[in-house]
Amino acid sequence: MSSGRYSTKKSDFDKTLDLTQLKPYGDTMNDGKVQVSFTLPVPDSEVAVEAARQLAMKMGLVEPTVSHHASLDKSFSFFVVYGSLSHSIDYTQIHVEFVDINLMTMDETDLFIQQNFGRKIKVIGASTGTDAHTVGIDAIMNMKGYAGHYGLERYKMIEALNLGSQVTNEDFIRRAVEFDADVLLVSQTVTQKNVHVQNLTELVELLEAERLRKRFLLIIGGPRISHELAKELGCDAGFGPGKYADDVASYICTELAARKQHAL
Amino acid sequence: MAKLKIDWEKVKQAREAARQVVEDVHVYTQQFTTTTIERSICRLFGIDGVDAMGVPLPNVVVEHLTSRQMLGLGVTYWLGQAALSLGKEPQEIAELVAQGELDLTQTDPVDLFEIQLWAEKHAEEAVSKIHHNRIIREERLLEYGDHAGPLIYVIVATGNIYEDIVQAKAAARQGADVIAVIRTTGQSLLDYVPFGATTEGFGGTMATQENFRLMREALDEVGADLKRYIRLCNYCSGLCMPEIAVMGALERLDVMLNDALYGILFRDINMQRTLIDQEFSRMINAAAGVIINTGEDNYLTTADAYEEAHTVLASQLINEQFALKAGLPEEQMGLGHAFEMNPELKNAFLYEFAQAQLARQIFPNAPLKYMPPTKFKTGNIFRSHIQDALFNIVTVISDQRIHLLGMLTEAIHTPLLADRALAIENARYIATSFADFGDDIEFRAGGIMEQRAANVLDLALDLLQNIRRDGLFHTIEEGRLAGIKRPFEGGKGLAGVVVKEEQYMNPFIPLLLEESRQGSERYHRTMATLEEGKNE
Repeated sequence: MSSGRYSTKKSDFDKTLDLTQLKPYGDTMNDGKVQVSFTLPVPDSEVAVEAARQLAMKMGLVEPTVSHHASLDKSFSFFVVYGSLSHSIDYTQIHVEFVDINLMTMDETDLFIQQNFGRKIKVIGASTGTDAHTVGIDAIMNMKGYAGHYGLERYKMIEALNLGSQVTNEDFIRRAVEFDADVLLVSQTVTQKNVHVQNLTELVELLEAERLRKRFLLIIGGPRISHELAKELGCDAGFGPGKYADDVASYICTELAARKQHAL
Repeated sequence: MAKLKIDWEKVKQAREAARQVVEDVHVYTQQFTTTTIERSICRLFGIDGVDAMGVPLPNVVVEHLTSRQMLGLGVTYWLGQAALSLGKEPQEIAELVAQGELDLTQTDPVDLFEIQLWAEKHAEEAVSKIHHNRIIREERLLEYGDHAGPLIYVIVATGNIYEDIVQAKAAARQGADVIAVIRTTGQSLLDYVPFGATTEGFGGTMATQENFRLMREALDEVGADLKRYIRLCNYCSGLCMPEIAVMGALERLDVMLNDALYGILFRDINMQRTLIDQEFSRMINAAAGVIINTGEDNYLTTADAYEEAHTVLASQLINEQFALKAGLPEEQMGLGHAFEMNPELKNAFLYEFAQAQLARQIFPNAPLKYMPPTKFKTGNIFRSHIQDALFNIVTVISDQRIHLLGMLTEAIHTPLLADRALAIENARYIATSFADFGDDIEFRAGGIMEQRAANVLDLALDLLQNIRRDGLFHTIEEGRLAGIKRPFEGGKGLAGVVVKEEQYMNPFIPLLLEESRQGSERYHRTMATLEEGKNE
């Protein structure tokens, strides 16, 4: 009979999942497949392609392939690179701080507040410091919300006051006291040179100096904010990318209810 | 849905030319059988497994007869005679042949009529298994419902059937309706079907009956969770076309790549061999209720998609006639075409839309298979994703049925799990966003699209009339299909073509044709009932 020999894929790595050495998955366990794309400030050329390849190797990619390169301008070139990541992570040793709450819908939150407090909860928010971006605070507070999640202004049992952007920490605290807020929401979008860390540190220090820190629930949010960072800075909670008004509202009412319980 | 104005008289002429082309081929090919047709008959009689050397038993039996110059009577004759004179079943007989303990040509002679009765009875048993599978599919589709519009089709191709299963289940959960397991490179040129579960392959996974069974089981499992029937697709092509059709029928595959000319043009398989094999393979697919997918897209990956669009239509019409000749009804004809024009071509989208719409109108009941862009994929995954989006739009608005999703990493690697998820997200977004677009537009009379469609039809008619004049074999010899020349006696597999003797028998042919006919009737009854239900 006629026959044929097939080239078979060389695959001498261990294909069992080991959580102490977790790697990316392409189409086979532990293949480590990763895609990266980036621009180099040099003209597109053979040398540039090799530079991209060597950079990928420095990132820890084994056998990187430049699948696409193109000139973006005289002295810029764009690359798409595939390779297998040599690094792994011990998944079992990872510790993450995250806001652990039971997510509620807007109606559930309103009902919860009604039953537990019998009054509206007051939330004041701003994008503080030099940050001129309101996209974050608007996404959480504005009536229309963001990506299908209504903002806090739409909640019947939340009284929301959005101060907008470039609010100094001093003004923010003064307005919060005047408003008799329960909750302070601070959004930080611009994070160059870690300016958000300085600004938030200053806010917490001012609150503590005026002995107001414990009076408010202090929540921060933004693209580079994590719950862990929030805790380090002395805030109560932090919300990063992919969190919406319902996450924040659920946290606020659950946490305030727990504190009320504790105070009794 | 909006309709292009089409000259139906020309369509009729083109169909008639294709019918005559196919009739001429049939007159010639019906004089022969092939080694793989006889092996598929062995498989239908229940012969399975391998000998001590790992050679599949159907191959053992057929080679046994070939080496004695006795295949011209057909394997049925010899198996029937041995079964009746020894009182054994085909599998036991094959095992004895493999052990060298039985010479099939030396068993006691039995009356031909007795052999015919034996053959009919055993063939009926085999066809009833196929029927049973078909009913399971029909019942599940009724129970879960089958959504209208394009079926999302994605491939898995890890080389390892177990890894394929992980990916296929993930894809089904992400929204895929059809899972195709790509075959390993070169399997189409093997003159046997490998045996058992396999874990090594290059660019794809071996098509074996056990691999079919494992994937079917996995898809049924995930389908039960999702309350959706997930269709399974494989490749019924190459030197073992009818055998793979049998395996698919026995393991309830739902879709099979099965082109009449692909193997000749793109795999250099002998033209006589392929055309003989394709007919029996289509009869099996027809009876099993399998949707065949034809490979017209391949014409466009080798030639220019704008210039050669008419060859696609001509080939679709030829494939349609070959299918009808094998008893395969319209609702199982997944005639193929592709979105392969150069993205730099001005108005490419209009030409692609015109071609897809033309196919939709000429084959109104066929579950057309539409292939994504591949040829102008460069490795720029970002542009690639947009090319796929345009393709998805044409698919949805011209109501194609088998929607083979493009992958952003086309031209880089076989799809990673995440590539598939992105492709499905793209397709679903467009299916929702453009849901009724096709019903809400009209084509401008005499506009770019109508002119283009008319032009493609004219050229296809011209081509088909030339093929009818010169014959299909000669046309291929001259290199007038896909620009590839194949000699009548060249290519692989000609040695497996055997002249049928006068007493040759293949008891399956009438049974398969009847099963197809009844299946199609049932299909139309069900559709009519569902339609009534909708109207009430």
